[in-house]
Amino acid sequence: MPTATTDATATTDATATTDSAPTTCTYGSADGSRGVVPPHPPSLLAAWHASRRTDLAAHLTHHGPPPLPGRGDASWPQRFAGVLEASGLTGRGGASFPSATKLGLVRSARGRRTLVVNAMEGEPASAKDKVLLSCVPHLVLDGAELAACALGATGIVVCVADDHDDAAAAVKRAVAERRGTVHAPVPVEVLRPPGRYVAGEESALVSWLNGGPGAPAWRPDKRNPLAIGRSAALVHNAETLAHMALVARYGPASFRAAGSVDAPGTSLVTLSGGVEHPGVFEVSMGTTLGAIVNRARPTGEVVAVLTGGFGGTWVPAGALGIPYTPRSLGAAGGVVGAGVLVVLTRDACGIAETARVARYMAGESAGQCGPCVFGLPAVADDLERLATGSADPSLVARLQMRVASVDGRGACRHPDGVARMVRSALSVFAADAAAHAERRPCAFGGAPSVLPGIVGKRKASRA
Amino acid sequence: MSAVVTVNPIACEAYGYCAELLPELVTLDEWGYPVVDGGPVPPHLVELARRAAKECPRRAFLVKRSVERAR
Repeated sequence: MPTATTDATATTDATATTDSAPTTCTYGSADGSRGVVPPHPPSLLAAWHASRRTDLAAHLTHHGPPPLPGRGDASWPQRFAGVLEASGLTGRGGASFPSATKLGLVRSARGRRTLVVNAMEGEPASAKDKVLLSCVPHLVLDGAELAACALGATGIVVCVADDHDDAAAAVKRAVAERRGTVHAPVPVEVLRPPGRYVAGEESALVSWLNGGPGAPAWRPDKRNPLAIGRSAALVHNAETLAHMALVARYGPASFRAAGSVDAPGTSLVTLSGGVEHPGVFEVSMGTTLGAIVNRARPTGEVVAVLTGGFGGTWVPAGALGIPYTPRSLGAAGGVVGAGVLVVLTRDACGIAETARVARYMAGESAGQCGPCVFGLPAVADDLERLATGSADPSLVARLQMRVASVDGRGACRHPDGVARMVRSALSVFAADAAAHAERRPCAFGGAPSVLPGIVGKRKASRA
Repeated sequence: MSAVVTVNPIACEAYGYCAELLPELVTLDEWGYPVVDGGPVPPHLVELARRAAKECPRRAFLVKRSVERAR
């Protein structure tokens, strides 16, 4: 599985590495323009690649200081919001929601505000937030401080799951380095919520921060901001904030120098499965899916890719020419989400892997909503029977009905993710499913899973 | 003004009273949990829907005014 170790990134060659860092910080002019444009689009991991150091001094040498507001600069939040909007940055936590819009929703809330850095990364096939916190913690903290200042927040809470010790240690070191300096105008606290799949869902995270169980809330109207105590909460993914730190420094045009018009900038992807070099890669949005997959060197002929994580969708090898953007990949049935790509090669069974994902996801239900509690294990049962060639004649029809039964029936999107993942599997692996339904054996059904985190420490540590 | 029925999936414990009282709008899945379509409640069923909401032991079955008025 991809790991958060620095080795994972050491093998990558970020497309957007900046060769020379700008030496002056010019962000902050009234029109949001900047005088210095790096020769290449700025890269999240550039400072790490350049120095292999994670400390504040190395960070400042590479990027210069974060352009935080000066004392009494009342118009700064408005200017920052303008720059963010012009950049077109969208959230990198999964929903691809425009970051400027999200900031605006909470800015308009009354009373106190808190900025929450979501680095929970409960998705077993994702490692990007762990890599960011381990390699460039100060870039994430820059983004958090900038967003907190734009919001008028009184505190920053960094949430790292309790099973991600290395990332937590790295960010805690970084927080300690900044404390008392001009780079930490808003105080930062690092907290360790439970490392469960749904614990990073923003309402679940806020529930835990409020002393609750850390389970998702039922929110019929998502326009109402979440609150921690009496403080409105803005929850941003760690990667989104790291991008904000670059946008604020180098400007929107520089951010847009990478990516496409509808999906500007770079994005981190975590590649795993049937590849020689699993890990986290920084790619330009709009790169073809195939070019991204090839960077991790598939071990054989690629037959499908699981996009968007365990609650994402399988896309067939025919989609490898599709540009990697939420819109283009979405039109081809794929999901950009939080940048997870699991490669399935010819020597693995898509149905068996889908059954394993479904079983894992059933075990990760928060246990609150009946259709999720009963439906996901039932879906996993059906898939396992299908994969092992012990299907009864009505299995496929029943499975499809059960998938429809869980879709949209929970407080959060956990069951919806399983539904779309299974639906995509039945479509992409239709021939395999038909063969398995007729009890024809599969040569690879009993092979070890290529999926990361399916049999790992996460389950064992909770037992 | 139209009304819609919704189910709070966390509160619901599959008592099934809503489906008994309002089979026109509520079906049960194979585990006994109510399925509603989210569309506007026909005027002649609004009173029955309110009663189903009142009878729900978990207060999970809800009748709300439709946010978007049909045009």
